[in-house]
Amino acid sequence: MSALKNPVEAPIRDRTAIVGIGQTAFAKQLAPTELQLACQAIRAALDDAGIAAHEVDALGCFTQETTPEFEIARNLGFGELHFFSQVAHGGGAICGALGQVALAIASGLARVGVVWRSRKRGDPSKRQWAGVQPRVGDHWKWSRPHGLLRPADEVAVTMRRYMHEYGATRDQLAAVALTQRAYANANPLALMRDKPLDLAGYRAARMISDPLCLFDNCLESDGAIAFVITSAERARDLRQTPVLIHAFSQGMSREHQLMTDYHGADPLVSSSAATAANLWRQSDIQPADVQVAQIYDAFSPLVLFSLENYGFCGRGEAAAFAADGGLAADGRLPTNTAGGSLSEVYLHGANLVSEGVRQLRGTASSQIDDARTCFISTCDSTPNGALILRR
Amino acid sequence: MIESIPLPTLDDPVDAPFWAGCRHGQLLIQHCADCGRAHHPPRAMCPHCRADAFVWRPAAGTGRLWSYAVPNPPLLPAFAALLPYVVGVVELDDHPGLRLVGALAAPGASAIGGVDPAQVGIGAPVAVHFIAVTDDTTLPCWTLSTPTPAAIPAGTPASREDLS
Repeated sequence: MSALKNPVEAPIRDRTAIVGIGQTAFAKQLAPTELQLACQAIRAALDDAGIAAHEVDALGCFTQETTPEFEIARNLGFGELHFFSQVAHGGGAICGALGQVALAIASGLARVGVVWRSRKRGDPSKRQWAGVQPRVGDHWKWSRPHGLLRPADEVAVTMRRYMHEYGATRDQLAAVALTQRAYANANPLALMRDKPLDLAGYRAARMISDPLCLFDNCLESDGAIAFVITSAERARDLRQTPVLIHAFSQGMSREHQLMTDYHGADPLVSSSAATAANLWRQSDIQPADVQVAQIYDAFSPLVLFSLENYGFCGRGEAAAFAADGGLAADGRLPTNTAGGSLSEVYLHGANLVSEGVRQLRGTASSQIDDARTCFISTCDSTPNGALILRR
Repeated sequence: MIESIPLPTLDDPVDAPFWAGCRHGQLLIQHCADCGRAHHPPRAMCPHCRADAFVWRPAAGTGRLWSYAVPNPPLLPAFAALLPYVVGVVELDDHPGLRLVGALAAPGASAIGGVDPAQVGIGAPVAVHFIAVTDDTTLPCWTLSTPTPAAIPAGTPASREDLS
């Protein structure tokens, strides 16, 4: 325990809270536009919080969001805005978007913040790799011409190296997908609620990028999720159990390369390690104190890599940790308890945050008894961020 | 969705010499003109000494497979036609720790693919094999070196200090 009590060194600690969550229906394809879905989710989050729209003066979103802030503000009837920030790198962004708005509120720049993610990805033409251009000028010029095209291909390379270094197996990796599917089967709002999955089904699945099969990949789905953040002081007077933002960091490792992060001294030490060091430094809650985790899972190997980079497991131990039931409701670290990106919905990790809030409110579909501490991470293969939430 | 293989831009001053080297059948690695360290992917500035002048030196063109993936459909049409193909990350023999992404190809082949994934393993020795995919673009691909690693040509730099 190296927690620091000095507020200068932990300026965000417990000073803000997530007080509202809202979401649309989740589906393979939804009719409304991304703007319409965003408005619906934000309206629901404000209603959940019991805060009026005109009080909102801060916004946080992804650079990949298609709707600009002014459209969100004019449609929802926000007041004058004082802070708006966008965070890059897709799956690495949601904790940064939340954390930056929380910093603005903690510092007194703004009073009520909304963070949202709205995405229609069920249409194959919307998938990122489908947008590959005839000439590639960014860092992907070193990999895409060789046929390493999709995020699944890029993660498959790292997973095969992980298997080689530690003797991990696909059957061990399967535990991530199977555990999360079981959570989704208990979540009436999850896309995979009615579809059980067992090891035989996993083994029989078609490969997407060997060693990754279909069930190691996130869903392709449409939907929107929104959050309302305000000061902890204000939160005490609102209708929901305040979920305090205890610690926050973003992180980018030395030599990082987005998704094709193969060029550093040790590619199995990711940007998550940079986030982790600065996160735990600020936090009274250490890995052994975390009761429930929401770990970014666009691809199942990212859960294993994150478990190690954030210090929940030693190096090379995460595959056995998962296979031995560590991620299950009765395991050491119940993880992605609504089904996650693999089996609930893929909304760039925003669904992991809303599930973390539900766990701390005591309203989750697979509720962990007396959950008071929650860890949330973003994509292990990109510049990323993480949050510690508590009540 | 594009129908062709996505190609690298060739006119970026930071890496243009790399692609010119490929066209001439040479695997050129960027070295800092000041401190001598080797870099890949190329950089606009040396992160060790902040120099911004570089020299390009030929590498031996042999390495070991650090890892690989075997992509399956759905794929861009140009790659679907090449199945099964293996994309590796190769660590260069003469620059330990320096890694390049590259597809595997059969010896002498004019396209990637044609390699049985069952014959591929991490640590396998490989040799560079240049494939001209258009008139102006040549990609450094890799062939499996069997049964023993290809001999390293004489006169190539092999200093470990390049990576320290």
